[in-house]
Amino acid sequence: MAEVLLEMKSITKTFPGVKALDNVNLKVEKGEIHALVGENGAGKSTLMNVLSGIYPYGTYDGDIIYNGEVCQFHKIKDSESKGIVIIHQELALVPYMTIGENMFLGNERGKKYNIDWNLTYSEADKYLKMVGLTDSSKTLVKDIGTGKQQLVEIAKALAKNAKLLMLDEPTSSLNETDSRALLDLMLEFKKNGMTMIIISHKLNEVAYVADKITIVRDGSTIETLDCKKDDISEDRIIKGMVAREMTDRFPKRKDVKIGDMMMEVKNWTVYHPEFTERKVVDDVSINVRKGEVVGIYGLMGAGRTELAMSIFGRSYGIGITGELLLNGTPVHLTSPKSAIAHKIAYVTEDRKGNGLVLTNSIKTNTSLANLDAISKNKVIDQDKEYAVAVEYVKKLRTKTPSVEQNVGNLSGGNQQKVLLSKWMFADPDVLILDEPTRGIDVGAKYEIYCIINDLAAAGKSVILISSELPEVIGMSDRIYIMNAAKIVGEMPASEATQENIMACIVKSGRGE
Amino acid sequence: MKSNDLKSVLKKNTMTIVLVLVYIFFIIMTNGRIFTPENFNNLIAQNAYVFILGVGMLMCMLTGGNIDLSCGSFVCVVGAIAGVLSVINKVNTPLTLLCVFGIGIFYGVVLGGMIAFLKIPPWIATLAGYLAFRGLGTEILTTTSTTSAITNFPPALLAIFSGTILKTDSGVANIPCIVAGVLAVAGVIVMNITGRKNKLEKGYEVEPGWLFTAKNIIEAAVILLVMGMLAFDGGIPVALIWVAVIMVIYNFVCGKTTIGRHFMTVGGNAETARLSGINNKIVMFGAYLNMAVLTVIASLLVTTRFQAANSTSGTNFEMDAISACIVGGVSAYGGAGTVMGMVIGATLIGVINLGMSLMGIDQNWQKVVKGVVLLAAVVFDILSKKGNKKQ
Repeated sequence: MAEVLLEMKSITKTFPGVKALDNVNLKVEKGEIHALVGENGAGKSTLMNVLSGIYPYGTYDGDIIYNGEVCQFHKIKDSESKGIVIIHQELALVPYMTIGENMFLGNERGKKYNIDWNLTYSEADKYLKMVGLTDSSKTLVKDIGTGKQQLVEIAKALAKNAKLLMLDEPTSSLNETDSRALLDLMLEFKKNGMTMIIISHKLNEVAYVADKITIVRDGSTIETLDCKKDDISEDRIIKGMVAREMTDRFPKRKDVKIGDMMMEVKNWTVYHPEFTERKVVDDVSINVRKGEVVGIYGLMGAGRTELAMSIFGRSYGIGITGELLLNGTPVHLTSPKSAIAHKIAYVTEDRKGNGLVLTNSIKTNTSLANLDAISKNKVIDQDKEYAVAVEYVKKLRTKTPSVEQNVGNLSGGNQQKVLLSKWMFADPDVLILDEPTRGIDVGAKYEIYCIINDLAAAGKSVILISSELPEVIGMSDRIYIMNAAKIVGEMPASEATQENIMACIVKSGRGE
Repeated sequence: MKSNDLKSVLKKNTMTIVLVLVYIFFIIMTNGRIFTPENFNNLIAQNAYVFILGVGMLMCMLTGGNIDLSCGSFVCVVGAIAGVLSVINKVNTPLTLLCVFGIGIFYGVVLGGMIAFLKIPPWIATLAGYLAFRGLGTEILTTTSTTSAITNFPPALLAIFSGTILKTDSGVANIPCIVAGVLAVAGVIVMNITGRKNKLEKGYEVEPGWLFTAKNIIEAAVILLVMGMLAFDGGIPVALIWVAVIMVIYNFVCGKTTIGRHFMTVGGNAETARLSGINNKIVMFGAYLNMAVLTVIASLLVTTRFQAANSTSGTNFEMDAISACIVGGVSAYGGAGTVMGMVIGATLIGVINLGMSLMGIDQNWQKVVKGVVLLAAVVFDILSKKGNKKQ
């Protein structure tokens, strides 16, 4: 048995009113990749924060034994000096600084009053090479893509002399190619003796890199699976995470009745608002019928969101050409307001950024897109508004003490439900759902799927945009495949498999 | 929701409690002079403009922490033009008012247009007005008057903005004034009770009985105190009616209409607002048009109170309005703030000003104190929010 590098013993961390960690035990051996999986809010991030000293020694119970000695970390610097480095989910690079400047931020080379820039950049280049980046360290961070930025974060960690690297959802903002490259890099590091802990929602990635998988549920470590010995199929892991068999990850839809043509988009072309030469949507034609769920699958950057937002009252892009027909009649939508009036709803992928007002209550967020329905002569009927909010909280089973709760205080899944409430209350015929299950846990996902099915059963047309293949296949009646601004394939869900969808994309990439 | 125990009620109304404590402090320090009918009246007359500009600034700040730096200088220009029209050219009062409000609307449209449609950052667009209007106002006054000030405004104009209604001699108990106060109290209480009954009938949450009673008693006491004081100082100043009416209107607009909701949403998250079908540009435009019109009212209140238009009038008014908002808990980032909060903030600053003047504190030190109060309010606000998060 290999040497144990890190052992966390009966860690308990309480926040006022909540036990975030309850008697957690974790053993990480030298040179292994150890995965932590669990639903949102299970306590994975809290555990990492305890380990790195963000929650200082004394605010939790239990022991951290690292390299054979009991450690008391009071701040991040303490853990970093021992070689424990965390790479957080949200990239923390300063866009208008160079890669080199970013890498040695707070860890500057040279003297305190005189930074040695030559040393900075030469060392930066050295570490960049280790992560397989060929860009110069003098490039501004804003000029490289998110995939490369993630690699810069890793190089930054290496520059801190990391011995134990913790990656929190490292691939959440990467496309499949970049994700794979990152995972391969991790395996490469492993060969060189690096120990890593990875937190991820993507179980296939976990299965690909991990040696051991520890499942965290409700603040406790449930079990540790050894990838060589145990069954690590997705179903097995999910069972551990949610403590129930997810026999059906996608609820079946009863009596599918697909009706008349609802919305048609023909020869739709959109240009980028800043790089005005670039087509972000290129001659796209799609349609959706009443009661139908149409999936649009594509990798990140394929132009899916751009397509959706440009249809939604031209809220994105310039030089938009093409035809939009609703119920067979051509319409010209000039603003989100006119789109809403024509009963189209766009449920954004970025609920915090442009979907909800986090500092406002569930109530005001729910009524936001359809204030006219609860007001008379611009005066809001507060009783009605309250009643509507309560109704949707019940209907979607949003977990909250009251509708006056600020949505910023809710979990991701519940925020998503409020966002859906808002657009369901706007009473649309066409709902465009952009990544409706991003960043929410398995249980909440299932509930969102049920809502989608209910909407379709009520005769609404649903366009489901997603970068998760199983989701698109499991939920849609028909699937469009989008790549590099174009629709490169269309198939009924019955014919769709992960393989032939990916094949569409690969083929189009080769220009066939 | 456990938001109805005494502790949380006190916490919600901290600024009101601070106001009462500060007022008591000054009553002690000035041997009660701040509490005389005359000074009470002064407090209202001196600060009427802060409330009016403050509510305009509130609407701007709600849209995302945007401010208007030009309102103080615009007060000077409007005063000068009103003077040139009504005093020098003997234009009658209705036409004078039509002209100055026309100018206000014109400036509001230009300013709002620049900010909303040309996307010029508000503080730059209004900084230009801050400089230009001060120069313009001074120029108008120096070329039209040898003393650089226009006085002798027509009585009609004075009556509309700085007169007194239900007038009697000061020092005598003014019966109509007291009656008006009692009627106002009765009206407020009836409104409160019917509102509560309505809610109970429909089965909505209501505050507990003790809180409801306490609220009614406090509201009644405040109205009676104000009217009682005014009754002994010759009647109700028109300025108070302007302020009261405007505050009631804006309180309603902000709290109960879709217009208010739109302002809050744009400030809370502009992209969300846009994608929810709100026209952000119209909201921004409206905020600055509204501000310009309110500035005209503030200018007329100030000019008629001093019965003179001069080149220093309106100096630092924009800062007074911003301070009132900040002290009153309006978010400097937008999306949060109430008219009532701003009113408390403006009153607090007014009380501190008057109290210090009565105590004979040096002007320079008064400024120091005001600066510290402003900072303390913000620090307090941030600390209390932090405390909330931890719980």
